[in-house]
Amino acid sequence: MSTLNDIAQFKQVSPMSGILRMERMPHIWCPGCGIGSEVNSFAEAIRRSGIDQDKLTVISGIGCTGRVAGYSNFDSIHTTHGRAIPVATGMHLANPKLKVVVFSGEGDLSGIGGNHLIHAARRNMDMVVICNNNFTYGMTGGQVTPTTPGGAIASTTPYGNYEYPFSLPFLADAAGATYVARWTSVHARNVTQAIEEALARKGFSFIEIISPCTTLYLRRNRLGDGVDWLQYFQENTVIKHGCDTRETAIDYQGKIVIGKFVDKQKPTYLESVDKRYVQVVGDDYQLYGKTVPEREAEEKAEQERIAARRAAALAEPEAGA
Amino acid sequence: MNKTKNGGYAEAQRVAADPKGVDAGAHFMDGDHAIAEGGLAAGCRFFAGYPITPSTETAERFAERAPEVGALFIQMEDEIASIAALIGAAWGGQKVMTVTCGPGFSLMVENLGLAAMTETPMVIANVQRGGPSTGMPTLTAQQDMMQAKWGPHGDNAIIALCPDSPQECFDLTVEAFNLSEFYRVPVIILTDETVGHMHEKVVIPPADQIPVVPRNNYKGPKEDFRPYQFDCQGGHPMTQAGDGYRFHITGLTHNERGYPAATAEQNKILLTHLIEKINGNADQIIRLDEDQIEGAEVVVVSYGITSRIAVKAMQDARKEGIKVGSLRLITIWPFCEKRIEEISSQVKAIVVAELNYGQMVREVERSAAGRCKVISVNSCGGAVHDPQEILDAIRRAAQ
Amino acid sequence: MFFNNLKPLHGNVYVNETWCKGCGFCVQFCPTNVLDISPGYNAKGYHPPYAKTPERCHNCLYCQMICPEFAIFVKGDDECVKGETNQ
Repeated sequence: MSTLNDIAQFKQVSPMSGILRMERMPHIWCPGCGIGSEVNSFAEAIRRSGIDQDKLTVISGIGCTGRVAGYSNFDSIHTTHGRAIPVATGMHLANPKLKVVVFSGEGDLSGIGGNHLIHAARRNMDMVVICNNNFTYGMTGGQVTPTTPGGAIASTTPYGNYEYPFSLPFLADAAGATYVARWTSVHARNVTQAIEEALARKGFSFIEIISPCTTLYLRRNRLGDGVDWLQYFQENTVIKHGCDTRETAIDYQGKIVIGKFVDKQKPTYLESVDKRYVQVVGDDYQLYGKTVPEREAEEKAEQERIAARRAAALAEPEAGA
Repeated sequence: MNKTKNGGYAEAQRVAADPKGVDAGAHFMDGDHAIAEGGLAAGCRFFAGYPITPSTETAERFAERAPEVGALFIQMEDEIASIAALIGAAWGGQKVMTVTCGPGFSLMVENLGLAAMTETPMVIANVQRGGPSTGMPTLTAQQDMMQAKWGPHGDNAIIALCPDSPQECFDLTVEAFNLSEFYRVPVIILTDETVGHMHEKVVIPPADQIPVVPRNNYKGPKEDFRPYQFDCQGGHPMTQAGDGYRFHITGLTHNERGYPAATAEQNKILLTHLIEKINGNADQIIRLDEDQIEGAEVVVVSYGITSRIAVKAMQDARKEGIKVGSLRLITIWPFCEKRIEEISSQVKAIVVAELNYGQMVREVERSAAGRCKVISVNSCGGAVHDPQEILDAIRRAAQ
Repeated sequence: MFFNNLKPLHGNVYVNETWCKGCGFCVQFCPTNVLDISPGYNAKGYHPPYAKTPERCHNCLYCQMICPEFAIFVKGDDECVKGETNQ
């Protein structure tokens, strides 16, 4: 064990070097916040996935989790509140070779951006949506969100929340998402695996990560600190892979069903566009100057490069014991 | 003309249009369709929109033409998503456009602000209809002139162009893309229901006669890469995702690196750049259509469909012996302050005709600064002016 | 015997005390209790962790994964190769 307080040296040798914009550290998140843990998993998943990091785009909305785009050392956009998914839709459609990841909070994605979430899921738009769900609007001081469990206290529900919350996996599933998983920020390995799977597949992937907001949600509800809540996650989560998403509702301090709920294949938006237009225009149909077979050949070649990079990444000892 | 270190807009690199998007020849089409053709000719290959009367025909035309041109059309869930998708697609490397009218434009102003802040090139056509709110979906107006400029919260500057015919809808859409690419700014086509739905002859020239400002992507060394340069000028390169420069853009006040830097000092640098790159280069951007202003005692200022009504009023006035000149605003924003200033010291009065309760007349009054009378010929929209109303105003002005 | 005589991996934990905000995740959730909260403070007034029993680190990287501050990482011992047995 050593302490490594030479910041310049630490930034260089840290495994997050290259993945994060180290010049922007330390970050603004509170002590015990779960977002940082999720970003670690995200980084590890990217490393293991073998994807071309120059082709990865991270898009966030507004809020605490919205800051992820700014800290990620990839092409990144910090959009307006709730609009990460449509910006990501534009990005993906403008250049289908990009891997587009939306990393944002539940208020951003399911509150102000709820319409965009369900429509991107409906279209099976090829993107990965990582949703940090901490049951509160953190950046503005702890207001009630669409997922705040009934009874929980927030600054705008000072006498307890009386609304019915969304269960995000149920919402995403019902809207047509082809990959839906829920984990908590203490399940670092599972989160990594889920993001890795999502990065490797095509279609709309939705990963909800329940996470502690120590400063606002926990403090206001007198639920202890981050460690207390990670222990609550350990003790009160039930892994049910393939579980019917109707059974994933979260009650205040109740059991949390986690796992991979949906993993299915159906044509993505662009695949459907291609199919339709080839029928209309014929086999010489081009998108941005490239025919479908040309684009498929490029994608196949890229998949081979990804497989090679992935094999190399997994062979490194840092891949974990 | 101001010469800048990047060269001015006039000297910007131009190439021939991609023939794939150019449906050359003489057509009989309406303004809405001409806007779509203008976009395709200028190299726009991504359109995200949401249906709204009276602008929908542009989206329909683009959707119909997309597969043969190799472009992509997506109907988004609302106008907010449409313009958000444009921002993503612009940074993804495409030239992008959308179309809407008042109610949809109201939804777009949120991300119009983001586009202005992040210096994202895009073209938005606003085919104006009567308002406020749902107003008169099928009837004409010019009531969004100020909204185009002041819609987004916070100070910013955009460019807005105002065509008066389907032919100009085509021409100005190409021009809008060129301005948008050079200045990296959203450009708004402020047309109206009448021009949008008016069928006329539109001549689309062959591709090699359509000069297009191509997307200028940064190609230099990574360590020198900056997504922005705050020097109050246009002509700066864009970058596109996937090129390895790992850009970051944000709606927060940022530095040239694109990182948030929310301080009063940085905001001054950023805002000055955003506004002065447009207003400071207004001479290069502004296009006006002038007629018989030399020696005139009255000048009629008009734009869009109203300018075509004003022609009749001016003809009648000249028959009566009144020396009347015409100033048609092709560029609405930035506003032609200097020209109005010059005119105001030469004439008795300026008549401003517009299909609203008095919007651009405020700009004219501000620029004329009391040097001459400014007479407003307002209309609440729904129909174009009766030329007699404008003629009456010219008569009053000449007294 | 450890899993068919497999040689346990060993890692070295590196802590950036400056960035630590003292959430305690690494200390609480280290499966082999390598870390403990140090009595000292960093500049922000938090107690950063220290490796109380560094020899027990099996290079599982959990502290690295859970640290929200990106302030810990673990480097595996070069002498320990994955899959090596004691014989």
